[in-house]
Amino acid sequence: MSDQTDLDYIVAHSKARAFYPTYERKEELQHQTHYCPGCGHGMVHKMVAQAIDELGIQDRTILISPVGCSVFAYYYFDVGNVQAAHGRAPAVATAVKRTRPESIVISYQGDGDLAAIGSAEILHAANRGENISVIFVNNAIYSMTGGQMAPTTLMGQASTTSPGGRTPAEGYPLHICELLATLEAPVYLERVALGNNKQVAQAARAVRKAIENQVNGLGFSLVEVLSPCPTIWKMSAVEAQRWIHDVMEKTFVPRVYRDRTQTAEARPAPGPAISLEKVPAMLGVAAKETPAAFAGEGAATAEIDWQVRIAGFGGQGVLLLGEMMAEAGLDAGLEVSWLPSYGPEMRSGTSNCHVRLAREPIDSPLVGHPHVLVAMNEPSLHKFGSSVRRGGWVLYNGDDVPPECERRDVHIVARSFTHLADELGDARAANMVALGAVLEIAQVLPEASVDHALGRLVKSPRWLDLDARALTRGREVLREWRGEVCHAE
Amino acid sequence: MSRLLMKGNEAIVKSAVLAGCRGFYGYPITPASEITEAAAVYLPQAGGVFLQAESEVAAINMLYGAAAAGVRAMTASSGPGISLMQEGISYMAGAELPCVIADITRGGPGLGNIASEQSDYHQVVKGGGHGNYRTLVLAPHSVQEMADLTALAFDLADRYRNPVVLMADGFIGQMMEPVEFPQRATPPQLPPWAVAGTAETRRNLISSIYLETDKLEAHVRQLEAKYLVAERREARAEEWRTEDADVVLVGYGIVARILKAVAAEARAEGLRVGLLRPITLFPFPNVAFDRAAWQARVFLVVEMSTGQLLEDVRLALNGARGVEFLSRVGGNVPTHNEVLERVRELAHGGAGAGEPETEQIAHV
Repeated sequence: MSDQTDLDYIVAHSKARAFYPTYERKEELQHQTHYCPGCGHGMVHKMVAQAIDELGIQDRTILISPVGCSVFAYYYFDVGNVQAAHGRAPAVATAVKRTRPESIVISYQGDGDLAAIGSAEILHAANRGENISVIFVNNAIYSMTGGQMAPTTLMGQASTTSPGGRTPAEGYPLHICELLATLEAPVYLERVALGNNKQVAQAARAVRKAIENQVNGLGFSLVEVLSPCPTIWKMSAVEAQRWIHDVMEKTFVPRVYRDRTQTAEARPAPGPAISLEKVPAMLGVAAKETPAAFAGEGAATAEIDWQVRIAGFGGQGVLLLGEMMAEAGLDAGLEVSWLPSYGPEMRSGTSNCHVRLAREPIDSPLVGHPHVLVAMNEPSLHKFGSSVRRGGWVLYNGDDVPPECERRDVHIVARSFTHLADELGDARAANMVALGAVLEIAQVLPEASVDHALGRLVKSPRWLDLDARALTRGREVLREWRGEVCHAE
Repeated sequence: MSRLLMKGNEAIVKSAVLAGCRGFYGYPITPASEITEAAAVYLPQAGGVFLQAESEVAAINMLYGAAAAGVRAMTASSGPGISLMQEGISYMAGAELPCVIADITRGGPGLGNIASEQSDYHQVVKGGGHGNYRTLVLAPHSVQEMADLTALAFDLADRYRNPVVLMADGFIGQMMEPVEFPQRATPPQLPPWAVAGTAETRRNLISSIYLETDKLEAHVRQLEAKYLVAERREARAEEWRTEDADVVLVGYGIVARILKAVAAEARAEGLRVGLLRPITLFPFPNVAFDRAAWQARVFLVVEMSTGQLLEDVRLALNGARGVEFLSRVGGNVPTHNEVLERVRELAHGGAGAGEPETEQIAHV
């Protein structure tokens, strides 16, 4: 009593230390709670506070209060307090606990909050086996809002939104403990009642156990408390207690639904965090010492602006081809951009990307009118062939250009890259044959930069070798084509 | 100098971890999923928490818990997911909890599609949740800005104790460009108001409930005052040759990239065209518009939504100058040529000279 001086009233029994001596967060009547006479919350609060005292965890405890009558639980509990949105307390509790594993997180909810609007959050918190303690106060009604039907309202029970009594058309009382007992993860699930003194004593033991389990790191514990609401039930406090025992328990049977307290083992704590100095390296963003190669050797001051569009079927390595160019361009000290088509197209059908390599900063990464189009299939040629700039290049993965795609104002190189790659050992290297041809056209990427890009993006030695040969073959294709042109001229 | 080729979505996560973010709670959605996937790789290694939530509703409420516990935390989503998060965003603003939300926008309404639109503007910039609150909104237009503005977002979130949204379209999220990161990681710090399960923080309370009308009014006024400070201090815009521009192009995100190319080409043709790119969408860079309006005759707003940015531009100019509009939606992008054509018409023919786009006619 020594810490409760200067009071203008006498406390007959000493209060738990986990309660404030006076409720200063409350506007008025700071020596009493806002709960109605005979309400179960007062008793459940006391059980929680006593458990906190007994376990010696007051400083570590964080109480998550819900929306409902117990929204103001933080008026009373001298612990860390977080007030949550309607039904979301288990989600809030999840993150609080994972952020501060040393804390003891108690999620306190009513039946409308937990079993209706928050049904997903409680189910998944339980299913993850969050190491939190949930106190679930079930009075079979929405009390705070004035007596509407809850998911826990009994069959036939009248409420302001089921005035004729609940019928099957409104669904059946939701049995949370039974429901959660179907899950693998929960450690402890018990339904208790406040129907008589013996039950109250059992409820206090269950509440303590649910919290102690968390202290021991065992995992998810939930205690459902059948709790009186004399005001909304329109009963005296004594009648309400009796109604729990005589009526409510027939639907909601008090018992232990899950108890693995003896066998559960604490989950291993995550390993220690790496030191701050190592974070950039862990992220792969630490500065490297190697200087960039020089693009377009011998022409370091010449303007460079290559806009390339690459298109084909998903799986033809269209995006990789583009990424390889961008990666090599970056290594060569150029400004680069790579912009893919994305979404379902990645999983089937067509795929394409926009690539730009330039000396100057790149304004738009979108390539509407490419200098070079790599069309890995006929639909891509149809779709993008006409967009190529006059004097630009079309590299078509096919030996014959369809007549409707013929243009006289662009260079068209039509060879089956797939066939050429197949000759080298794997048709899937067709994209690298095409890339070789592009490199031969653009002439801005040093071999070393291409090798660097290849090494960064292709990990398997077999593919590295094949891709290198495919690149060479692609360069040859273009030289051969140039020879043909010269010959023709 | 070490520039790395990287997707915008990946750059967000790396920048976040460097900025001291140690909590990520997310739910997969295209085109933002790379952010969640990268967070699953890097957050645990940095000693942080990564958790895939059961829904966006749960994710944002987990963010509420993480922020309440005093850690820098973020989530990422797109249109439909951001809609679901509005409840939690309102609660976080009300409880004055900092967090960063990356919105990689897609097409809507409803399921829409996964191509890029900028149609989340209203729900993000104007605050899609209930109550008198704002979110600060940053609009990167490059992968480098995805990194830089993510770091800024965490600072602003802490400074104003308010959610900050990094809003980028799917293009900026999905494209790769060179990006550079700071070489020093910011150490996580425990803010004094947090509830961390310690003796020092035991008396702290995180809540958004103020039962007394006068107390709620005082709280709302205090939030309002905070936003006014942000409006004075945090507005950012990029101005390119607006000082002598006759026609000022306005756009953000991928559109701004297209506008840069158009403006450069128009200048090369001798047309006096400039670009005003809002980098913060709230606070809106009204001062930059005032400045540009001294010289400009007409503003052309280009966006991938049906006139959402347009409203803020009109408010900023308050009738002082003509405002023209060009938009594409549904995942279509304004092409270089259609914007350039419109610019030429405006430059030669005066305000309002441009014919409505055929796409717009189809809508009407």
